[in-house]
Amino acid sequence: MRRNGMNTFGFLKSDRRLLRAEPDFRPMARLLQVNWLYVLLVCVLAGVGYIALYSAGGGSAKPFAGPQMVRFGFGLVMMIAVSLVSPRILRMASLPIYLLSVTLLALVLRMGHVGKGAERWINLAGMQFQPSEFAKIGLVLMLATWFHRIGNERMGNPLRLIPPALLTLLPVLLVLKEPNLGTATIIGVIGATMFFAAGMRLWQILLLVAPLPFMGKLIYSHLHDYQKARIDTFLHPEHDPLGAGYNIIQSKIALGSGGMWGEGYLHGSQGQLNFLPEKQTDFIFTMIGEEWGFVGGIAVITLLGTLVMGGMLIAIRSRNQFGRLLGLGIAMDFFLYCAVNLSMVMGAIPVGGVPLPLISYGGSAMLTMMFGFGLLMSAWVHRNERDPGTEDDDDD
Amino acid sequence: MRSGRGVFTRRALLVMAVQAGVLGALGRRLYTLQVVDGGHLRQLAERNRTSKRLLAPARGTIHDRFGVALADNKVSWRALLMPEETTDIPAVIERFSQIVPLDEHDRARIERDLRHVHKYVPVTLHEFLSWDDMARIELNAPSLPGVLVDVGSTRLYPFKDLTAHIVGYVAPPNEEDVAKDTTLSLPGMRVGRAGIEQTQEAVLRGEPGSVEMEVNAVGRVIGEIDRVEGQQGEDVRLTLDSVLQQQVLNRLEDRVASAVVMDCRNGEVMAMVSTPSFDPSLFDSGVSHAQWNEWANDPRTPLVDKAVSGLYPPGSTFKPAVALAALKSGSVTAQDRFNCPGYYDLGGVRFHCWNRWGHGLINMREGLKYSCDVYFYEVARRCGMDPIQAVGNAMGLGVKLDIELPHVRSGVIPTPEWRQKHGFHWNGGDTVNAGIGQGFVQVTPLALATYVSRIASGRDVQPHLLRATNDQMSAMASVDDVAKVDLPPEYLDVVRGGMFAVVNDPHGTAPKARLDLPGIQMAGKTGSAQVRRVSRALRESGHFNSMNLPWEYRPHALFICFAPYDNPKYAVSIVVEHGNAGADEAAPLAKLIMTDTLLRDPASDVRPPAPVVAPATEPAADRAQPADTAPTPAPQPTGQGQPDPGAAQ
Repeated sequence: MRRNGMNTFGFLKSDRRLLRAEPDFRPMARLLQVNWLYVLLVCVLAGVGYIALYSAGGGSAKPFAGPQMVRFGFGLVMMIAVSLVSPRILRMASLPIYLLSVTLLALVLRMGHVGKGAERWINLAGMQFQPSEFAKIGLVLMLATWFHRIGNERMGNPLRLIPPALLTLLPVLLVLKEPNLGTATIIGVIGATMFFAAGMRLWQILLLVAPLPFMGKLIYSHLHDYQKARIDTFLHPEHDPLGAGYNIIQSKIALGSGGMWGEGYLHGSQGQLNFLPEKQTDFIFTMIGEEWGFVGGIAVITLLGTLVMGGMLIAIRSRNQFGRLLGLGIAMDFFLYCAVNLSMVMGAIPVGGVPLPLISYGGSAMLTMMFGFGLLMSAWVHRNERDPGTEDDDDD
Repeated sequence: MRSGRGVFTRRALLVMAVQAGVLGALGRRLYTLQVVDGGHLRQLAERNRTSKRLLAPARGTIHDRFGVALADNKVSWRALLMPEETTDIPAVIERFSQIVPLDEHDRARIERDLRHVHKYVPVTLHEFLSWDDMARIELNAPSLPGVLVDVGSTRLYPFKDLTAHIVGYVAPPNEEDVAKDTTLSLPGMRVGRAGIEQTQEAVLRGEPGSVEMEVNAVGRVIGEIDRVEGQQGEDVRLTLDSVLQQQVLNRLEDRVASAVVMDCRNGEVMAMVSTPSFDPSLFDSGVSHAQWNEWANDPRTPLVDKAVSGLYPPGSTFKPAVALAALKSGSVTAQDRFNCPGYYDLGGVRFHCWNRWGHGLINMREGLKYSCDVYFYEVARRCGMDPIQAVGNAMGLGVKLDIELPHVRSGVIPTPEWRQKHGFHWNGGDTVNAGIGQGFVQVTPLALATYVSRIASGRDVQPHLLRATNDQMSAMASVDDVAKVDLPPEYLDVVRGGMFAVVNDPHGTAPKARLDLPGIQMAGKTGSAQVRRVSRALRESGHFNSMNLPWEYRPHALFICFAPYDNPKYAVSIVVEHGNAGADEAAPLAKLIMTDTLLRDPASDVRPPAPVVAPATEPAADRAQPADTAPTPAPQPTGQGQPDPGAAQ
């Protein structure tokens, strides 16, 4: 692809021309271009997270809410900073970032910390770090760059699609090996959605989708016992009410006890009495549902949906393929996090260690998500950069 | 040219539609869970949150007649392990065992429990910890994560073996008990396994209460929601006098024996001792196999309450009953004299009198006084077994006595029908043998005490141990409420006179039982019950002396008595297993025990005997008319030998 970039002299030239065409790209001016409404929504979501973690800590900023806010502060600064970075630089950085993320994934297999039977964590300079989170961002950047470089016309050539397919498969396989089925699926779906949005031809899609059922069977046979057990307990949670099915049953009970209006902030009996497992991390939404009821839960879902849709709209509004795909990838990442986590706590899909972004307690998920939002915002800030040869695209 | 942006927008909108659909479906599911199914799930949540636990009721205590506790509850501690609160269970158990030793059995049980319970259910490490152990565990708490100390209750028997047979003991319920009453599965519940603890189980146990508690996910109690106090077990007060019981035990020393002291006016059992005994508190925690085997294989049968379960031939103590039966049936009068040449021939078999030189021509009083066997051979032959059984039963022999103890045996007064039922023919020899309380006649020490009480008081007293339940005095405390026995008083007087002569007449068989108390005489009857037939050859060799026999072949020594003679208050029965001769072994004991009893009597003014025993005085006159006896001495205040007046009931 490097060869590709160098050969296509026009890429750089066009970029320069765009810079000339829009002369107000100094940092302060670009700061004004940031979609502050979206930033505000992100802050509101983090605020919801703070309030929920305050309750999860038994009505105290310690031990969850306080540290989480500090991390959010870092993340917010990072988001704004990343949003000011030019897509040109992001494209140049995409390959190193991707390679770094894949290397970290390989490393976690060798020397990662074992958490709940799976190797997922790595210790970076004293900070616990989950490379699979980072790998999603790396893949989104990489694919966006690739599809940007080949443009829409060359999507018809299947040979052009093989390298990005391999680029997607590599982190998926590595994460699967950890083994973390949930995250591997999320990475795969993000990649697939980006292929689809990038303009993959319909016949190519059909060709790929057709063998999927067989693939599914093959994958199930290679699943780890604990992953199969998860699927089994999901299907029959009552078989083991105090074992693996405990989380799902307790989560449903807590949600049900919340009812329409909830038991009141800091008064959720199941959460406050520790019946809820992992209430500060994966099952934070259950506690929200118990204390704030259906009204509060649907409000949080609406907020999450607004952020997803906002991200998608930012992607659509971008005038360049890189910005579009970058925005879509990040929005999809955020959406999948939410959807998988919510389905999990509501007992709709098997339990997997997927947090609710910006609300669940946890450092690496928060920081990578904020980094992602920074990329999304960069796509917004630089939405008016145009792809070469597409000046006459219809736009608003 | 194909528009990349157009394709992207269309497809992105499609993706958005899918996203919106998924989020909408999740919202709908949330609605289902929270609003539609909410009620049902809320109930589950409530069940999650609360835990109802039963509270073991405190078992009622058992007291003697003066309120001294015979069975009490003592706070004890047990160490529990919360598996979820420790990471290294073996290490914690190891450190724990350095503080409180755990044997193989304990360790195996702990390991089994750990495997079978969930990690939030506590496992008992050690029950019945002493205060010191408890303190040591608490002190070492930092190095024993997950170990906690819980308060329980232990049954305490302050008198240990002294009252073991009467009070009995408790033990943890077995599966059968739990199946009958599930509340017994509560930790700390005990079931009476012997004695009063067993027979008064329903009174003592009480009703369990319950407490509803708010608990968290690991079962830890957060708060109490509701509490229903249970019904404590009721306290039981016995007729027993623990001081007298101790005195009787001291008198028996290390003999294998049983003694019963009864208030002959109302049947209250004041003391009932069976030796040897055992420590009942060992049962609470579970008796070790070795200890149990030792008890079970001991020929002296420490676990058996000989007073109610030990069956002995009454020997000559049966003669008063035979006399009464003969008088009542009219076959013999008190004045009829029979000659005793030292032997008695019946149907070609020669029966011997204990005195091979014979007693000469004697009447009933003399027959009792000398305990002449030949006289009673003839009386029994004339009377027949049926009147003997009828009168014996009326006096409490050979019938089931309704005392508040388990395993009470009724004994036997044989009749030809009884013998036939067991498939044997009844010989005339069997009748004459029964006439001297040998052969098939079997009685318990308690039955003997009842029997002598009824002779003494002329009232149909029922032996009992229960004086009051929860301070409600039981009925039958008054003498006048007791019905009279179905015998003319003059017949009873004849027998009482004979028993007086046994102790107080010159040449009576039990001069060693004569009381040293001024103005108080005792009446009694000796008995020596053979446990093995003495062969004719041996007897005729003239060298027979049962003292030369091995212990287990020697005759049992028995004595029954009552005092004071002119105003009977107390009856005593004594059986010394293989004590050889009632006159030598049991009579002196009876004298000591009766003296102790009379000195304990709160209503009496009896002073203890002077240190120097006065020479036994001859009775002033022939005591055919017992009503003529000396007037009771004037009451004098005494400071010695009196029980605490405050304790008098």
